Amino acid sequence: MIVAAFLLPAALYAQQAEAPAAKPNPHMESHIGNLTGHADAGAQLYYRYCWGCHGARGDGNGENAQYLNPMPRNFVAAIFKCRSTPTGTLPLDSDLYNTLGRGFNFTNMPSWITLTSQERANLVAFIKTFSPRWVTEKPGDPIQVPPEPKLTIESIKHGGELFQKLECWKCHGQEGRGDGPSASTLTDSNDQPIRPYNFTSTNRSKCGRTNSELYRIFMTGLDGTPMPSFADVVKPEDAWDLVHYLRTLQYNNPSPELTLWESTAEGRAIVAAKRVENTNTGSGVKP
Amino acid sequence: MERSFSKEVREGSARLGTALLFSVVLLALFLADCRPAKAIPAFARKYGMPCSACHEAWPKLSPFGQAFKDNGYQLGNDRDAPIFQQPAYWPIALRITPNWHFETANHVIVDSGEGSTLANVKTQGFDYTGMDMLTAGTLARNFSFLLVPSSDETGAFHFESANLRFSNLLGSSWFNIKVGKFELDNLQSEKRILTLSANGGFYQNYHFQPWVAPGVPSGLYVSGIGDNQLGVEWLGHSKNDRTRVSAALLSPTDGNPDFQSGIGGAAGRTYDAFFTASQAFEAGSLGLQRFGGFAYIGHASTYPEYTQFNTGGGPIGGTGIGNEPYYRVGLLGMWYLKKLDVTTMWFYGHDSVYLGTNTPTNLGSTGLPDGAHAPSWNGALIETHYTFNPQMIFVNRYELIRMSQQALDSNPSDLGNIDALTFGFRYYPFINTRAGFAFHNEYSVVWQRKILVSPATGLPIDLTSNSLMFGLDFAF
Repeated sequence: MIVAAFLLPAALYAQQAEAPAAKPNPHMESHIGNLTGHADAGAQLYYRYCWGCHGARGDGNGENAQYLNPMPRNFVAAIFKCRSTPTGTLPLDSDLYNTLGRGFNFTNMPSWITLTSQERANLVAFIKTFSPRWVTEKPGDPIQVPPEPKLTIESIKHGGELFQKLECWKCHGQEGRGDGPSASTLTDSNDQPIRPYNFTSTNRSKCGRTNSELYRIFMTGLDGTPMPSFADVVKPEDAWDLVHYLRTLQYNNPSPELTLWESTAEGRAIVAAKRVENTNTGSGVKP
Repeated sequence: MERSFSKEVREGSARLGTALLFSVVLLALFLADCRPAKAIPAFARKYGMPCSACHEAWPKLSPFGQAFKDNGYQLGNDRDAPIFQQPAYWPIALRITPNWHFETANHVIVDSGEGSTLANVKTQGFDYTGMDMLTAGTLARNFSFLLVPSSDETGAFHFESANLRFSNLLGSSWFNIKVGKFELDNLQSEKRILTLSANGGFYQNYHFQPWVAPGVPSGLYVSGIGDNQLGVEWLGHSKNDRTRVSAALLSPTDGNPDFQSGIGGAAGRTYDAFFTASQAFEAGSLGLQRFGGFAYIGHASTYPEYTQFNTGGGPIGGTGIGNEPYYRVGLLGMWYLKKLDVTTMWFYGHDSVYLGTNTPTNLGSTGLPDGAHAPSWNGALIETHYTFNPQMIFVNRYELIRMSQQALDSNPSDLGNIDALTFGFRYYPFINTRAGFAFHNEYSVVWQRKILVSPATGLPIDLTSNSLMFGLDFAF
């Protein structure tokens, strides 16, 4: 009984004490197809190429970070924009690998396609050593992207209706120029101002250039930004209609969607009204 | 815990290494004569990336840096145009290398009381190199420029580079045009060489011209594929820069303005051409390997068509005629074994018999000396780098040149043969996104066979030159 008197408080204390916080694993691996990346090899690459922006601790506070907008990714928080996994979950290794190869336009993050496949895999493994999330969580299950249906005028028009109904225009603006009424109020996970994507500027979105990649963006959301996931409110076929409509907003970049849209009188008139002709600026920036 | 323990060991070793290096540098400080080369901290400031991103060890480019250059100094993230830069950003960088150096040459013909004699000449002291002012970047999207006013150590300026580049024409990375004065698309860049001394700061194979006879150098032309040239270049490359091809049409002026030839005479009314092609492939954990070939097809005039009447008979630029051909071809491999990389090159050169014997063609074949031949030679290079980390690189290079056909039957068979050995290391005490600095340490020795004639015996003799250099190489 005396022993129990000593043991019981200890047992109660052990129950009540918090579990120690998970720590990052310095020996992470990455798996992309047949590639296996190793963190120790990735470390050498990171401290050659990446630390100036992403910081020696991977927290996005590199010596140059204060001058950059948007700020470099914080690998400690492990919140990533471009994923094939549902919002709030970790990306797949292949998502990070593809991001390295693609880079981010309109940021200081270049494409690292010149690195070898093994080097990029090694970098992915090392990036995963900065956050304990990679120890305590598994990446989400990748969303399924159904085959793209046939492009039709009805699809484009329905996509336009969805653009209104889902209130995409509040951030992206009625013409997709990123100048919606809410645009100036938006901040990212670093509490930094962030502008919505301007569809008229380029046909290259943050997470790629293809229709599938555009589809994936609004089904997974861009974590760390105000762009949510619409997976719970948009049916897959409707999502494809929205993709087709969004391509018609990119009137400076030829696409099958834009061509089909401009083959109608209505589409032709709408696009013509957006264009600013005879500027002769030669600046390379298309108005 | 395991990670922090190994980190402590690494830090301790790094401190010891640093202390040793500083000791060496304190013994061997400042000033010399060496060849400036290309590293542009302005790009680091523009994009916020450390020098180590584009340079394995500056100025040597990494594959990422080579791709940046091949894309017209653009990262391709739609932020390359100058409109996206802060107005205060100025795309200019400066590079110069104060150093101490020691030079020897064993058979220098010097004046003596009875005419001339041979002397073993040694010089040493503090010195400094010439300076490069590098300004480069984009004028607009896919319009880029490079302008390099460059001075020698006396402050006399010339333009090392002055060109415009039109990149990604028709939306394709296979269609890029550069016009002006530029470095040839050498697979092994001499402008980014990691050695700087008087004997080691250039590639022998890139500049070699065969001797006419002992004591008689080639005198009708000067041309080197290591020299920047004037012309127009097309370059095409794959998106990941693994495949690269280029073709250039050049004036035969060795980069000199006003249609002057490389030796200051009249350049010919003709054009030279330069071609390169290379392919890189991944070799798993070893890294990126590259192999390729190049060819320079040149023409040099042998006499001017017109000379100036009222200025003492000097040749009128651009009126050189009697053009004779020469060519340089080679194969090159760049092999990476993780931190060790090995560059191997085979080189072949051939001059016409007129160029090889300093004979103007207006004299016809009867003007050729007895036993004249078109000279040819083979060369080789093996250069190794061990990049311990972005802050430390060890360099070693051996070059050789062997004549396979002398210009004259009477020449020694080994006249002009060269062996050159260079080794050293560079330590970069800091790598940041603003500026660059390296402690540069190098020794180089060059043996040249039978190129001089002894004033005492009249026989051909060798020349051996040595350079020892300790420099502070900085760029801002």
